[in-house]
Amino acid sequence: LRILFFGRVADAAGRREAEVDPPAEVRTAHGLRAWLGRDDPALLDLLASPSVRIAVNDEMLVGDRAVSPGDEIAFMPPVSGG
Amino acid sequence: MIRIAGEPFDPGAELARIAASCPDAGAIASFTGIVRGAGGVETLELEHHPRLTAKAVEAIGAAARERFALAGLTIIHRYGRLAPGEPIVFVAAAAAHRRAAFEAVDYLMDRLKTEAPFWKREHGPGGARWIEPRASDLEDRARWEEAVDARD
Repeated sequence: LRILFFGRVADAAGRREAEVDPPAEVRTAHGLRAWLGRDDPALLDLLASPSVRIAVNDEMLVGDRAVSPGDEIAFMPPVSGG
Repeated sequence: MIRIAGEPFDPGAELARIAASCPDAGAIASFTGIVRGAGGVETLELEHHPRLTAKAVEAIGAAARERFALAGLTIIHRYGRLAPGEPIVFVAAAAAHRRAAFEAVDYLMDRLKTEAPFWKREHGPGGARWIEPRASDLEDRARWEEAVDARD
């Protein structure tokens, strides 16, 4: 799985992108989020915050969905363009 | 014309370009956003998503075309590291009459500020800080929702 972190989420994660290979029981985007934050409560809180949106393969996530090897999952805090 | 730009651009040249491409438009309105140096900001860094940003800006442009009677539309948004004084965003709308052109530019900027996937960070003497939308930006964006409700 390819992970992209943006904005202050990238600061909290200490990286902007990562290739990860979670255990087989991690099957959904929300499961992945919990796994990514398993050793870092502050990161987990931020990833799970309602203001942080998730995109799977460039589609904004509504609810949860399955993820599988080869997918790209992006974690995006509130945006600030213009 | 919609472009997510990694390099500086010239708003004057872009205004001339849309004017040339819409010779029958009776009105062209434009907005240029400039990086502010207030508070000692030395660099403004803009992150973007390699594909979702373009997709979101395209969708905002398409919504403006649907909502206003436009003869032409330009949106250019920078990413990367910018210095104070550099243009960060340029929006221009061409229409038969001024109202549609003014409103389209206002609408586009309100949506770009609150919905386009860019993340801004100011670098200055005190370090770096992420900028998030202000309540007033969200209120500005909401004005267009009320307008929709009022029409129904």
